Amino acid sequence: MKRKTKLQAFINLLAPFLGLILVIAIFSSMPDVQSRFLRIANLKSVATQSVIVALGALGMTLVIIGGGIDLSAASNIALSSVITAYAINAGLPPLLGILLGVLTGGLIGFMNGVLITELRLVPFIITLGMMGIARGLAKWIANNQKIDAPLSWVNDLMAKSPRPSWLLLAPGVWLMIVFAVAMAVLLRYTVFGRHVFAIGSNEATARLCGVRTKRAKVIIYALSGLFCGLSGVMEFSRLTVGDPTVAVGLELDIIAAVVIGGGSLIGGEGSILGSMIGVFIMAFLRNGCTMMGWPNYIQEIIIGVIIVAAVSLDQIRHRRAA
Amino acid sequence: MTSFNAGRLALEMRRVTKHFGATCALDDVDFSLRKGEIQALLGENGAGKSTLVKIISGALKSDRGEMTLDGRPYHPSDPLAGRQSGVSMIYQELNLAPHLTVEENIMLGREVHAGGFLKRREVRKKIRDTLEFLHHPEIGCDVPVRQLSLGARQIVEISRAIMDKARILVMDEPTSSLTKEDTERLFQVIRKLKTEGVSIIYISHFLEEVQDVAETYTVLRDGRNVGTGSMAETTLEEIIQLMIGKKITDLFPRVDHERGEAILSVKDLKGVQMSEPVSFDLHRGEILGLAGLIGSGRTETLRAIFGLDAAEGGLVDVGGVKVLKGRPWLMIENSLGLLSEDRQGEGLALSRSLADNITLSRFSPYKKFGFLSVKKRTQAAAQWINALKIKAQGPYQTVASLSGGNQQKAALARLLHQDADVLLLDEPTRGIDVMSKSQIYEWMSRLAAAGKGILFVSSYFPELLGVCDRIAVFFRGQIVDVRAAGDWRDESLMAASTTGKA
Repeated sequence: MKRKTKLQAFINLLAPFLGLILVIAIFSSMPDVQSRFLRIANLKSVATQSVIVALGALGMTLVIIGGGIDLSAASNIALSSVITAYAINAGLPPLLGILLGVLTGGLIGFMNGVLITELRLVPFIITLGMMGIARGLAKWIANNQKIDAPLSWVNDLMAKSPRPSWLLLAPGVWLMIVFAVAMAVLLRYTVFGRHVFAIGSNEATARLCGVRTKRAKVIIYALSGLFCGLSGVMEFSRLTVGDPTVAVGLELDIIAAVVIGGGSLIGGEGSILGSMIGVFIMAFLRNGCTMMGWPNYIQEIIIGVIIVAAVSLDQIRHRRAA
Repeated sequence: MTSFNAGRLALEMRRVTKHFGATCALDDVDFSLRKGEIQALLGENGAGKSTLVKIISGALKSDRGEMTLDGRPYHPSDPLAGRQSGVSMIYQELNLAPHLTVEENIMLGREVHAGGFLKRREVRKKIRDTLEFLHHPEIGCDVPVRQLSLGARQIVEISRAIMDKARILVMDEPTSSLTKEDTERLFQVIRKLKTEGVSIIYISHFLEEVQDVAETYTVLRDGRNVGTGSMAETTLEEIIQLMIGKKITDLFPRVDHERGEAILSVKDLKGVQMSEPVSFDLHRGEILGLAGLIGSGRTETLRAIFGLDAAEGGLVDVGGVKVLKGRPWLMIENSLGLLSEDRQGEGLALSRSLADNITLSRFSPYKKFGFLSVKKRTQAAAQWINALKIKAQGPYQTVASLSGGNQQKAALARLLHQDADVLLLDEPTRGIDVMSKSQIYEWMSRLAAAGKGILFVSSYFPELLGVCDRIAVFFRGQIVDVRAAGDWRDESLMAASTTGKA
């Protein structure tokens, strides 16, 4: 019996995984890009390009499994990147700058959580508001322009060829992998992880069973915010400036990655591995399309189709199971 | 009453068989229904009642067998085809759009219009006539359905079926959420429909009610028709015996238990949903029943004790710990547990597994530095699945795919796993079969013998009388009388619940 449900879990991940294989297979069979697409250097660059969305998706997976949504993610990333640049530019040690950036993200997330639980408004509204607030703050602090910061080791975090070459991948990619594993473990093997699933599946039940739902939700949004903060730091590392207008609309990419990976917008379902596969499907698509020299709008159409297709496949599978 | 064989056949099914994968849900079932007959369809959970009526309504197709409606072959492709042929189903969970009005709900999907514009006047007259015919003229056409009581909503559903010119009406547990009065009014409606030649298939677990309203019965067991006959010529015991396949010696198995010291004292507690403050004591080794009508304050009191509703005043004393402002997590720490009356809305996380649901209120045994031992947790869940005889593939199965009775057992399993000293049970046996009920009664008695205290809210007097040590009656938010169970009778409970005086 146990085997059967494990098989079920495997099948759940199979669809996005096959999607990823399919995307890779299609581009590696295109004569124009064949030779370049599967090169190590290209794979490295796809991995590096994925870091920012992936970190955001780690937090978003938690939020979505818990039955919520975080529309402020991208603004939060921009704000955190600005704060990091501002701090380093002001002469603070880079490590402190990073810390401030991450904590800014965490603070925004924490406020999301507190407002959602205390005002009892739906997450969509609160985070929609916070999306504007964080973006505005970022522009204000940066005085509506980019903040140049002196180059430091922070900018190596997202370097395509890492400085100690034995690292093989950019430090940011390693961070992404470490945090992905940590979050997967958190969701699967900890009490808190079970509580998140329970709240997303039926909040009233969770409360009845003694889960401190308010506290759990604040933690969920704060964690999501911390990941946005880290993602903001990576954005700064990549751009070498703090740009308050960066990552506009990126929250939708992040949400799309989670949904392609099997996350349910009504809560109670989703997985880190699935979300990461979702991130890579989109990253490979972008990369492949660019190599083919296809215009941006083609990429947008393809990704739109994939989102709808992925979720409909998921629905069909659910109906079968019921 | 007409004799058993008289009357024209409205529906006939011969040798109908239905498989789901390897399980045989219906095995060569014959079933017939005459014009204007009220026939009860009885059986345990999982006996095949739902499958049978779904085939009749068109929601499912049989693998084999024939079906005729008024003598003509009848093979509906879907529920809409069934409805158009005159077969309507009133579901257990009502199918109404809460924000729409009575009129909009009744006409939904069959709006009368001219060029896209609604022709409301004729329609409204018809609806009013129908509601009048059903003795419910007080239901207004423009009232949003969410403002109606459950009983009134049922009438709206029935009106919809009548406006469809239904000749066969299938009712699945129509009274499980109704008050006694609403039930009585529903029965009047059913009898009225009979006089109009409408045939009714009536599914219910309340056998006394069935005996009251139905003329004939068919009992299914393990997908087979094990008996059909006239209600008047059969006793309840015989029917129960048919349903479970053996003689049930004792519906209320009792394990001896003795009343100890007080474990829960409620003092002038008033929750935000309660109209009056309430005080009472519950002792170790005691099952205290809370009787009364729906809305009389029983559920509200339980919720206030458990901290699900905020308290405005008073306190709860659990084994010496005084709690002023309860919260569910705090009450669980103080060894209280609650079984919600709303199984699907509040009681269970339907999309999660049995293991998740059973262990959700107590993870501590499987926790080390915040990490869970998945294996230990699964094993523990498997033990409770066995102990309560929950029919499931295993601890990983999602609760949504279980039958109602097994879902209820899963909710109870969680409470047992939590190992609370005080159990607050709100309608723990609603909508489940006799065997499962009897098992739950036995568990309650065993828990009392183990020194636990149990508050038992029920709208079904026989089970209160059969299980409880003491029974308190709520009337308009207050406890009007508390007596030993032996000092109550069905009639006195009814009188106290409806008038406040025994």
